Amino acid sequence: MERRYLLGNEAIAHGCLESPISFVSGYPGTPSSEVIEVLSSLPDRSYYTEWSVNEKVALENALAAAWCGIRALCTMKHVGLNVAADPLMTSAYTGVTGGLVIMAADDPFAHSSQNEQDSRMYAKFARIPCLDPATIQEAHDMVRDAFSLSEELGLPVLFRPTTRICHSKGDVELGPVIENTRKGEFHRDPRQYVVIPAHTRILHKKLNEKQPKVRKKLHETGYNHATLRGRRAVIASGIAATYVQEVLPADISFMKIGAYPIDEEWLAEFVRLHDEVLVIEELAPVLEEVVREVAGCVTVFGKKDGHSPWEGELAPDSVARIMASCGFSPAMTFPPVTPVPDLPPRPPILCAGCMHRPVFSAIRKVFRDGIYPSDIGCYTLGIQLGAVDTTICMGASITIGSGISHSGEEREIIATIGDSTFLHTGIQGLLNAVYNGARMTIVILDNRTTAMTGHQPNPTTGLTACGTPAPQVSLEALCRACGVQFVETVDPYDMTSLTYALKEAKERPGVKVIIAKQICVINARRAGIKRGKYRVDQETCTGCGICISFGCPAIERLEEKASIGELCSGCSVCAQLCPAGAIRKEGPR
Amino acid sequence: MTKSYDIMIVGIGGQGTILASNILGEACLIEGRSVRGAETHGMAQRGGSVESHIRIDGKYGPLIAPGTADILIGFDMLEGLRYSHYLKNGGRMVLNHRMVVPTSVFVQGLSLPSEEGIIARLSGKDLCLIDAERIAGEAGSPLSANVVMLGAASLHFPLRADSLLTAVQRLVPPHTVVVNTRAFETGRAAGQTC
Repeated sequence: MERRYLLGNEAIAHGCLESPISFVSGYPGTPSSEVIEVLSSLPDRSYYTEWSVNEKVALENALAAAWCGIRALCTMKHVGLNVAADPLMTSAYTGVTGGLVIMAADDPFAHSSQNEQDSRMYAKFARIPCLDPATIQEAHDMVRDAFSLSEELGLPVLFRPTTRICHSKGDVELGPVIENTRKGEFHRDPRQYVVIPAHTRILHKKLNEKQPKVRKKLHETGYNHATLRGRRAVIASGIAATYVQEVLPADISFMKIGAYPIDEEWLAEFVRLHDEVLVIEELAPVLEEVVREVAGCVTVFGKKDGHSPWEGELAPDSVARIMASCGFSPAMTFPPVTPVPDLPPRPPILCAGCMHRPVFSAIRKVFRDGIYPSDIGCYTLGIQLGAVDTTICMGASITIGSGISHSGEEREIIATIGDSTFLHTGIQGLLNAVYNGARMTIVILDNRTTAMTGHQPNPTTGLTACGTPAPQVSLEALCRACGVQFVETVDPYDMTSLTYALKEAKERPGVKVIIAKQICVINARRAGIKRGKYRVDQETCTGCGICISFGCPAIERLEEKASIGELCSGCSVCAQLCPAGAIRKEGPR
Repeated sequence: MTKSYDIMIVGIGGQGTILASNILGEACLIEGRSVRGAETHGMAQRGGSVESHIRIDGKYGPLIAPGTADILIGFDMLEGLRYSHYLKNGGRMVLNHRMVVPTSVFVQGLSLPSEEGIIARLSGKDLCLIDAERIAGEAGSPLSANVVMLGAASLHFPLRADSLLTAVQRLVPPHTVVVNTRAFETGRAAGQTC
């Protein structure tokens, strides 16, 4: 036994090693990414690890591994589960022989996401078990035990930590790492693995018949437990349970739920011992709905009567306020405080020397009245530069663009999408746009990595998750194979070529692709690439502000003139933009 | 139920707030204390405003409620002011005497409070200003400013100085142990003069 101070995701990765696991796949997504980052970087791995190109691909790979009798983990963020929903729903029918744990990390408050969906709903939808940890220790223990649970029930298990588990830290008790000795073997069984109607009708019935056993087994895990202390009770789930415990007075009963589906008889018995019950959970009223179903004439407080919010994340102070609003006096009250008003915001920003910035700048110049569908990645920050008009989900820049082009809208459409996102779900949109005769220009922002989530490799990188060499996919050949006639690759630091390519694309009909290719500036720095620094000649600077509006964090305004600070990475784009020729490379001329 | 000692560390992505919180966590482990922390990961780190919550003897959730932090360590003056409502009445603020101007100020022409203005707006707080970059430079590297700040605030932590120093030495890159040891000690001495 060992006690360490770990990030939630590190503790989850360690739990997997204690299971042990045989197979790992996933697609990066905040807050889930560090699990595979840890597992892929350990020495002496006894298991297979991959970054897949998207979540559907990842889950199908993991499902196959579990069919072969080995233990598979598949990780993604909550919205990734939408992409993987197709195999998810039917994997509950086919079941598994090796343990399959699907980690879908939810993001209450959308710290780093496009929505606040609640993955517990997917588990209910698919009729598979769902584990919802309240602490990092519990997350570690749950994932360690989830594989054998999955094998015992013959079902995939959905493991659903939230941002405040994944990206929190705590002292965690770890067990020994066990070496994986399993080897996969596929046993042909068409009635199980070929879901033609005749088979699937039977499999669906079997899935439904399994449910009482699932509830019983989950109850035995002890993740759901209760303490009787009075005539009123709080029932809480996931991390919200810890916020409740922090402010819970001694005379209020407490039930904590960490596993679904809940044993309803046990729940009903607890609820009916009370006069009033308050349900505390983040996001959807998944737990509250079950409580209301069994409550009879017991009063239930929660989201449905407006006491608790349906959105955002909770915290000890908001939980105390919810309790107070229902007449449950919390053990602690919190002073009302207001943040300091009128401070300039400091949102995340594209790095100094980021290749995306010159692309957005050139697009705005060449396609002045254009419509700019974009996608999910660091480059969504292009919204600050006025060059992002839409973002909805992975891969949707191209499809939104082609939809607009067929809507009767006559303005130019110029879509931006990153290399990893293009390979995730952009290719299908491109194929469709070419096939159906859309009119648009697509710029693939190719920085050779999945930068936003922490620089995970992808098929453009030339390396796998574990750092072994892999063939680099040719985006150019891929686009041509989809039927695109005009495909140009340019260096986005070369403003002349970039602008020329955009102008040429503008003149041509149909779907045009420009691949703006330049290594991510963070990776360039890590690789030791030094391009020198640029400086503003104060004599020559006219103070026109063109470089300032470029928005690079290395460029500041001092008095009325521009100045370049230490963040400069030497991309040279501002020097190319300066009409006075005042920006020059440092050093002797 | 003993209450946890709650520390907020705020700054700008890339300033080393995560290393500082890891050092605190490690020091708690050395003393056999429970600890909880929460921090900013993902895209928000790209030069954005970041916050770490650390709760020494924390047994429940990782989040510190506004108005309850025992101490706030600000790696940037503007960020210190932005999160100052997290401090409890009478709580201490250890603030790096330095401000990085947000790019939004230049691009959107927003108004920025002056350093004097920030200090004036923090007048109700128990404020300790530290020139962390200068002290870190003297210790051997301006990159150790985060350890200087931790040292300056460490007088108030319910942790022993030797546990913290051992944690520093365990967690910083091996070739920077000497510099960071000096950074911690001179930071702690600077904190004593406040």
